[in-house]
Parts: sequence; C-alpha cells; structure tokens
Amino acid sequence: MKPVATLTVWRGAPPQEGHYESYPVPFEPGQSVLDGLRHVRAHVDPTLALRYSCINANACKECMVLVDGKTVYGCTTRLEAREMRIEPLRNKDWVRDVVSEIAPPDERLPDHQSA
Amino acid sequence: MLQEMTRTLQTDVLVIGAGGAGMYAAIEAARRGAQVILADRGLIGRSGATVMAQMTVAAATAEPAADSVENHLADTLRAGRGLCEPELSKLLCEEGLACVREMDAWGVGWARQGEQFSPIMAPGHDRARCVYVDFLNTGPAVSRTLRTQVIRTPGVMRVGDLCLTDVVIEQGRCTGAVGLHLPSGDPIVVQAHAVVLACGGLTRLYARNSASANMGGDAYALALRAGARLIDMEFVQFFPIGHLAPRMIGMDPIMWDPFRYKLGGRLLNGKMEEFTHRYGAVDDGRYTITRDQATYAITKEVEAGRGSPHGGAWLSFAHCSPEQLKEAFGPVIGRLAKNGIDLTKTPIEVAPIAHYHMGGIAVDTAMSTGVPGLYAAGEAVGGANGANRLSGNAITEAFAFGRRAGASAAAYVANVANVASAASAASAASAASAASAASAASVANVAASASGAPEPSAAARALLGTLSPGSLAATVNTAAEIELLQQVMARHVGPFRTGQGLREGLAQIREIAARVRAAPAHRPQAFDPEWIDWLDLRTMTLVAEAVTLAAIERTESRGAHQREDYPGLDDTWLRHLQVRLPGTPAQLTLESIPVASKEAA
Ligand SMILES: Cc1cc2nc3c(=O)[nH]c(=O)nc-3n(C[C@H](O)[C@H](O)[C@H](O)COP(=O)(O)OP(=O)(O)OC[C@H]3O[C@@H](n4cnc5c(N)ncnc54)[C@H](O)[C@@H]3O)c2cc1C
Ligand code: FES
Repeated sequence: MKPVATLTVWRGAPPQEGHYESYPVPFEPGQSVLDGLRHVRAHVDPTLALRYSCINANACKECMVLVDGKTVYGCTTRLEAREMRIEPLRNKDWVRDVVSEIAPPDERLPDHQSA
Repeated sequence: MLQEMTRTLQTDVLVIGAGGAGMYAAIEAARRGAQVILADRGLIGRSGATVMAQMTVAAATAEPAADSVENHLADTLRAGRGLCEPELSKLLCEEGLACVREMDAWGVGWARQGEQFSPIMAPGHDRARCVYVDFLNTGPAVSRTLRTQVIRTPGVMRVGDLCLTDVVIEQGRCTGAVGLHLPSGDPIVVQAHAVVLACGGLTRLYARNSASANMGGDAYALALRAGARLIDMEFVQFFPIGHLAPRMIGMDPIMWDPFRYKLGGRLLNGKMEEFTHRYGAVDDGRYTITRDQATYAITKEVEAGRGSPHGGAWLSFAHCSPEQLKEAFGPVIGRLAKNGIDLTKTPIEVAPIAHYHMGGIAVDTAMSTGVPGLYAAGEAVGGANGANRLSGNAITEAFAFGRRAGASAAAYVANVANVASAASAASAASAASAASAASAASVANVAASASGAPEPSAAARALLGTLSPGSLAATVNTAAEIELLQQVMARHVGPFRTGQGLREGLAQIREIAARVRAAPAHRPQAFDPEWIDWLDLRTMTLVAEAVTLAAIERTESRGAHQREDYPGLDDTWLRHLQVRLPGTPAQLTLESIPVASKEAA
C-alpha cells in the first residue's frame, strides 16, 4: 500500500457556514501541502478554491493558510503521511474554502471610482 | 442580470499586468501626466515572472570594464539567429541601460564592488555584463523597488485580483477592457483611452515550467481577439537545467543557473560522464554552453538511454568546498540543507523546462500594436530576442519596453484629449456650453461628470457575455483539462519537434478546446476556481494552437525551434510567421512576413 496523506479542508463560502471535507491524496516524500491541494483539484474536486501564483519560488506569498492551526505557506510546508487540517487565515476576511482576502486594502477594487 | 453587478472604472491608461513591464509603464505614463489604473489578476508586483527572477539583468553599464550598447546589441542579434527586429533589440539595449541606471537610483541594490557594479559573465554575452542583487534576490528586489516607485507616483491606482478577459474595440480604437473581479465574481468594465498589455508570457502551457499560475499567455489571447498581430510564436525557450530531483520546496526550479555562473558546476550523464562535447558544445564546468545547446545535449543524452534516474542530467558541485558555497550563496545553502541537499556530497538532477517566450505581440518601437490605443510591453512582445534570448535580456526588455509603452500611451492619450477638447470646445462655442469645455480638460472625467456612474458601452457589454453561464458538462474537470493540455504541449510541442508529432498535438489541443468551449453552468462566484480555470483554458487552448500552427509551418531548425525532420538553418526561413485571428467565427491565420529591414527602421 502506498502511503496516503489525508487533507481535511475547510469548505464553503460566506454567508453560509463552512464545514470540513477530507481528501486522501497519494503521498510522495518531498511534496508540499500545496501539491496535495492541487492534486485534489485535478483529480477529485475542481471546485476547491486555492490561491497561489508561483508554486515553487516562495515569491508571491499568496498561498498562506492554516495547517493544523498554524499560519504557514502552503508551498513550503511539507505534506506528511497523516491527517493534516487546512483552513483559511483567521485574521482575514474569508472568501471561499481556504481563500481569504489578502490583498493590501489600497490595492483592492473600489466600489465605484474613476482614476 | 449581468449588467446589474457590472462595475465600471475609468482612466486614461489601463495597464494590464503588474510585473516589471507593467509597473514601469504605469510609472512612466503617470510621470507624463496620465491617470493610470495598474491592474493585475494576482497581487501587484507579486504574481508574474519578474518577482521570481533570481539571476541577472543585462545592460552595458561599462562598469567596471569598458562596454557599449553596440556590443550588447551585437550579442543580442547573434543569439537571435537572424530573427531579431533590430530596432527593438536596439531599444532593449539602449533604453534598458537607462532603466537599469534609474533602478539603481531608486535603490534596487545592484551588487557592487566598491563604487562600481560587479556584473557577471553569462552565456552568450561577450563580457561580464549582467548585474544582479544578492543572494538570488534580483526579482524580489526589482519588484519591490518598482512597486515602491508606483506608490510614490501620483496618478496611479493599483487594483489587484482583477483578471482582464477582453480588450474593448470601438470604431477600430481601443476603449478599455473588461474582466472578472476575482474576490467578488463581479464583471468589470475599465474605460480607458489606451491600454498597455503587460501580462507576461506563456510558459504555463507546458507540463514542466518555471511559470507562475498567471502565465498562460493572456497577453497573446487579448491581443489576438483585439485584432493585433503576433509573431514568432513557435519560439519557446527551454531552460536546460531546471531542477528535476529530489523534490525541493521553497526554491525556484531555475535556481541552478546562478550557481553555475558563480561556481561552474559539471553537467554529467547517468553514467557520470561529461557529455556536452558529443553535441559540439564544450562546457568544461565553466558554463559557456548556450541554452539551446544544453537543452539539445541533455535531451539527446536521455533519448540515448544515458539520462539520470528521473530522466535528465546530473549537475555536480562536488568541486566546491562548504566555505565556497557559503560565500557564494549565503542563506540559500541553509535552505538547501532543509531540503536534504548537500552539494559537496551529492549532485542534483536537472532537465529542460519551459522558461521564456521569444515570440509575442508585434509592435513598433513605440510599442504600438497598430490597433489605435493598444500598446504592449515586456515578455508579451515579440521580436527583440529573435529565435533565442540571452540570459538577462528579459528583465531589461521588461523595463525598456514598459517605460516606452507608458510614454507612448500617455502621449496618445494627450493627443486624444486634445482632439476631444477641441471637439467639445467647438460644440461649446456652438451650444454655448462652458461647462462641457471645462470638464474636457481631463478626458477621464467627461463621462463621469456627465452622468455620475459611467455606463458600459454596448461593445463592452457584448464582451462581458463571456462571463455568462454556459453549458459546460458537469463531468469536465477544468483543472485536469489544464494539466492535460500541459502534457500535450510538453510531449508534442516541446524543444524538439516533428511534423507528425506537432499535428497530433494540434488535434489534441483542438479536442480539449472543443470539450471546454461552453462556459461553466453557473454565474462566476467569489474566487471561483472553475471559472478561473475555464477562462485560462479559453486563453491557453487558443495560444497553444497559435504556437503549434507556427511550429508546423516553420520547416527548419533555428534557435529555440528545433525540427528533427528539418535539421539545420534554412535561410529562406529568415522570416517571421505572423498569427492573426480574423473572421466570424474567428480563426487563426498564418502568414510569413520579412524581418524588418533597414527601410522599415
Ligand atoms: C523563475 C524565472 C526566473 C527568471 N529569471 C530571469 C533573470 O534572472 N533574468 C532575466 O532577464 N529574466 C528572467 N526571467 C524572465 C523574466 O523574469 C520575464 O521575462 C520578465 O520578468 C517578464 O516581465 P513582464 O512584466 O513582461 O511579465 P511578468 O513579470 O510575468 O508580469 C505579468 C503580470 O501580468 C499579470 N497578468 C497576466 N494575465 C493577466 C490578466 N488577464 N489580467 C490581469 N493581469 C494579468 C500576471 O499576474 C503578472 O503579474 C525569469 C523568468 C522566470 C519565470
Ligand atoms: S505559491 Fe507563491 S509563495 Fe507559495
């Protein structure tokens, strides 16, 4: 039997309440949590919302999530062959699934404005 | 229904993409008096290639040793193997140099020895010409510096998380763009007199790449649908020594290049033998081999059954002491250790990965696409690097072309404003309406002051139809379709091509396109991953087809385009292939056009 990592992921979007869903993903040493979440999208459920750009370089800093309650970058946290709990950041507005509003306030779209 | 949620913004110049090219364009347009919206589908200055660059920026600073723009230009043209548009290459070298100095004044922190820059030697350059920021920090430093400068420049509004999906054309002129605001799922109209396409390249089309998730070729699709032309789409640069194994996190896969610049390093096959000389390229652990030669040598060695375990080559730094490594790369060595890599003990595996796109939007030296009001800059543009790009030239290109595009867009807007204000002055005279003449001073405010919230035009509303729910089959996994497309491109449209493979690839691309033709069945929601994938597939299938069609047509091997069934240069092919998207229903067309000769320059 190949080892498996089980990602227990916060799902849903406001105004609804969220809930957890678990996804087993094949585990290969060296992979990141982001690798695991992307695997879920491509093989199980494409509606899982994630946020990331650079994937490897750890340059965009868009992939911040809570893993087992700790704030980390999804792309630099190693996937482990056990259950891991993935949630959106608590101190930011929740957008969908594990995505929260992370853009600096003055770089967000204003409601109505001409520049 | 769509219309109710539609939000409209207005500006003089809309810059799409906030990488090196887009940020420079925004700064320059605003310095010249234009109001600017700088929009990015990710975060400002964080989401494209610029922030990921770890290596160097080429410019003839003539520090510490003599150099000149002419020298830099000669190397650039030589690497481009006859397909550079010489005037664009010249602009890259000349204006790029001015930008590198301006960046220095803005505090980017190019590495220095004493007072002077300490540039390094990179393959294809005839001397040490490539400035950088330690340690592996060029891209982050460049992005941070430009973003700070954008913030300091009055007149630029930054909008992140806004994915523009189509440029609006009315009466043959560009009047803005429409798109999707990702955090809300709302359709957006940006009314602008000029648009700069600075949305980067297309390397996400390939399975193994150095790209971010935002590099699926949006600039090319936006340009094609707006009626602009693309050239040299078949020229995708593969970076020969992309990291292959062991799996490494928090490090960019192209990081071994700076290691080779500073420390040499030996390329070895699966039997631990040096091999590049078998393919006519001497390397000797000094890193003089060019990108296309190294890609060729590694690929052929793997084909011959002499690859490393994961299907690449070994790269060994066993000749370096721990002290040498620490001195050259400081904290990076600790990050490697966390990944279980000790370069003094074990080599790593490398293989070619899609890295940069030489081709792109056809522009003149003002960065005009030929569609009035539509400009392009950065990797999105084709022509400056011909069939192969030198290391370090891409960021220089982003700076130079961004600055030029910003200046041109501002000048164009001022001109439109004059025309508008002349027209409204005339109407003011006849209708004695002083108020309208006064407000015409700033074109951007005309519509707003006339009617409060501006109304999207019919053309903009029609384009927003793309965001209406469709009938995409529930069985289609959009994320899987993207991965499939990437595999098809890697297998059939990679660095080494055959007519048969390319045609097979084309058929498979078209099958994917057919499967995802209809939009998702629901309205776009807040941060809607299926919609984002679907918009990416809309772009990526179109751009993949453009690359493949051009690769089929070019029956020779030149620079980054290598046809195994047509080896060698064929000088009847000293021409560009130009791609357009005319007609209803729109279809890609190919046409071969001459490389601009002196008379055009
Ligand atoms: C890992 C890596 C390392 C590199 N290292 C070097 C190096 O050392 N030296 C060198 O010269 N070159 C290097 N290159 C190449 C160079 O970085 C790029 O060619 C250059 O930075 C491109 O700049 P740009 O502004 O044109 O595009 P980018 O920096 O890619 O910016 C484009 C922006 O457009 C945004 N965007 C895309 N589509 C849309 C849309 N539809 N709506 C809104 N926004 C959109 C993206 O999110 C992105 O932020 C490297 C490339 C990579 C990938
Ligand atoms: S994906 Fe870019 S920092 Fe994690």
